Amino acid sequence: MSPDPAFTPEQQQEQPMSATPSDGPADVRVSPTAAATRSASDAAAAEQVGSGHSMSVKDVDAYYGETHAIRGVSIEYRANEVTAMIGPSGCGKSTLLRCLNRMHEEIPGARARGQILLDDTDIYGPGVDVVSVRRAIGMVFQKPNPFPTMSIFDNVAAGLKLNGVKGVDMKERVEKSLRGAGLWDEVKDRLSSPGVGLSGGQQQRLCIARTIAVEPRIVLMDEPCSALDPIATLKVEDLIHELKRDYTIVIVTHNMQQAARVADTTAFFLLGDMVEHTKTEDIFSNPQDSRTEEYVTGKFG
Amino acid sequence: MSSTSSASLLLAPVSGRRRTTDRLMRGILLAGTVIALIPLVLVVYYLFSRGLKGMTASGFFTTDPTGNFLGNPGGVKSAILGTLEIVALAAVIAIPVGIGVALYLVEFGKKTIFAQFVRYFIDVMTGVPSIVFGLFIYITLVTTKIGGSFTGWKGSLALALLMLPVVTRSAEVVLILVPESLREAALALGVPRWKVTMKIVLPTALPGLITGSLLAVARGMGETAPLLFTSATVFGTTYNLGDRMNSLPAQIFADISQPKDDIVNRAWASALTLVLLILAITLIARLAARRSRVS
Repeated sequence: MSPDPAFTPEQQQEQPMSATPSDGPADVRVSPTAAATRSASDAAAAEQVGSGHSMSVKDVDAYYGETHAIRGVSIEYRANEVTAMIGPSGCGKSTLLRCLNRMHEEIPGARARGQILLDDTDIYGPGVDVVSVRRAIGMVFQKPNPFPTMSIFDNVAAGLKLNGVKGVDMKERVEKSLRGAGLWDEVKDRLSSPGVGLSGGQQQRLCIARTIAVEPRIVLMDEPCSALDPIATLKVEDLIHELKRDYTIVIVTHNMQQAARVADTTAFFLLGDMVEHTKTEDIFSNPQDSRTEEYVTGKFG
Repeated sequence: MSSTSSASLLLAPVSGRRRTTDRLMRGILLAGTVIALIPLVLVVYYLFSRGLKGMTASGFFTTDPTGNFLGNPGGVKSAILGTLEIVALAAVIAIPVGIGVALYLVEFGKKTIFAQFVRYFIDVMTGVPSIVFGLFIYITLVTTKIGGSFTGWKGSLALALLMLPVVTRSAEVVLILVPESLREAALALGVPRWKVTMKIVLPTALPGLITGSLLAVARGMGETAPLLFTSATVFGTTYNLGDRMNSLPAQIFADISQPKDDIVNRAWASALTLVLLILAITLIARLAARRSRVS
């Protein structure tokens, strides 16, 4: 992979994203120069940095029965940034993502240990309701999964309606969410038609709208484009750039080019360990670990 | 073409032996299908040829059996209404309980020992002969004279016991078919488990649940044995499930052995009525199932 010409040595020397839990609150460390490498619209997003929320994972182990899927991983997800997690199949990246909103424990026999902080609260702490965790940390899945019995409108409103949220103008929120997901113009005239009647890419954006309609703090994405064609993928990726303004995003992807396109920082996982987590440019052009280099240059995986 | 195909060993034509075997096997399968169809067609033919006469007799649908051996035997109004009432109550009992059990097994019990035990028990219940349910209700409720001796609701209970495993098994299969991704999508929105079950899983599975339930209703409707010792047979129409209640299968059972053509014809007509009722319910089930293809 040839070095990015826009990528100066000065930026390389920036404090790389460190995975040690001893780091201070993530928001403080967001560097304006990091945002300067992005487009103008993203620069505007950088000004809002601080409104978002961060997560930090401290020494988390996850298991499926006897299988030790994640081994003592620590990682920080900084506010209003996109963090990509890459690695070969079975490396634990999806498992870790599912630990972040406690969906991991829905799988029979699965359990996790360690500390995962949303801002300052341990989501695995005693007295924390798993339902409230998932309301705060939304998730978009690999395959688009709109509710087949519901219309487009009801799909977007599902989170609010099912949670019995009162005092929200449902129409307004649905429109806002669909606009946020870049789908409004395509569906505004057929909000009452079934959600499953949309194309795959539209369905995935509908699922993103459904996720952001409950106004979570963090949006997790588990290979959100792997079932989509290149055009739909492009739209979802553009959307991720937009969403960064309001949300902290963690995305798992098999597609390294996608990580390079959307992520501020990228973490490489292998066999349940996090090998390296640093700025996306560095992962691809200047990886510190030989295993990362072998993976990103296509020697395996 | 034959000259080129014979020249090419790589793309040889189908050998004679394979073609013969293919024809033979197709012939056997077709013959088996035809043989299976013969009794079905005969049953339907006899039902219509012998049942239509009694059915068109005046007062078949509108009068109760008179009980007179000589003279007009009357119609089967009480039996039709009784069957509908008994089966309706049985359905009201068996369908919610059966779907509830299936929901527990699929959504919560999963692979636990208790759930596996329940599954095994339901399989055993499916195989229990219907007369055993009738006997059970007879011994526990009829002989003890709880709420009267023979009553309609006791027949409903016996039928409900019979329908319960059918409803549960079919509902379980349908609920398993609800994609896990939908449950995950709802859970990830912060929806509590019970609401995911009620608002996402149940509506998604609804057409299939209706189909399974109606098939169980159709099954229960045709049962004779559980009703003989529980609801008994009477002549008059009653809407009180606390009374003895007539039913089509019991009426057929009583009529068919009578040495009088009018009464035997009434039995055939009752049988035809019962089959048409069940056919109607099955058709509704099919239509409901077709609507589920949306997803």
